[in-house]
Amino acid sequence: MKLTVRFFASVKEQLGKDVEEIEVPAGVSSVAGLRAHLMARGETWKTVFSEKKLIRVAVNQEMAQPGAPIKAGDEVAFFPPVTGG
Amino acid sequence: MKISVQRDDFDLGLEVKAFSKNPKIGAIATFVGVVREVAMTLEHYPGMTEKAIGKIVAEAGSRWQVADCTVIHRYGDLQPCDQIVLVAVASAHRGDAFAACEFIMDYLKTRAPFWKKEHAAGGARWVEAKSTDDAAAERWQDPARKAG
Repeated sequence: MKLTVRFFASVKEQLGKDVEEIEVPAGVSSVAGLRAHLMARGETWKTVFSEKKLIRVAVNQEMAQPGAPIKAGDEVAFFPPVTGG
Repeated sequence: MKISVQRDDFDLGLEVKAFSKNPKIGAIATFVGVVREVAMTLEHYPGMTEKAIGKIVAEAGSRWQVADCTVIHRYGDLQPCDQIVLVAVASAHRGDAFAACEFIMDYLKTRAPFWKKEHAAGGARWVEAKSTDDAAAERWQDPARKAG
């Protein structure tokens, strides 16, 4: 299935990209599954996504937990804890 | 109600003047955040940021009497002494206006997707989230909400 994946702030800089349309295998059905799928892409991805407590996730622009389900067409974003205000 | 995520500066006086003329409003509390010491670049998540602030304002409205509210947050390059954020809350009484204003700021700092990158003399670095900000947001949660 197809997903839009977005990266922000330090995550974006480390990966060198801000948005990507990706095709994931049918078995990837949760935020945690997508994360594991991305970590398998290579050393940089593995390093960035292994910083577990430093990565937040939003599905369709709502904050989401690792167990949150994802479906075709979803927009999933990965970013560090927020620092606005 | 007004929520704006913008590059441009804002004027507190104009924003307060723009509040609805409502004889039930007896108090307006405002907060302005300002850049301290180091230049920075603020990044955000267009779309989600506005939605997240909208949810925080709605939550404030469910806890306190809020007659009108304006939240403006800037992004892009900011210099020391530049204004970053404005929260203005109009209510019948000051207690609600003060509390809602502080609540919105505390939640905004921990829940709205903004990221600061500071440009210090030694180089640029992403600001790390502070546990004191988490604690400030936590104190608004009652035990029942926490359990949920």
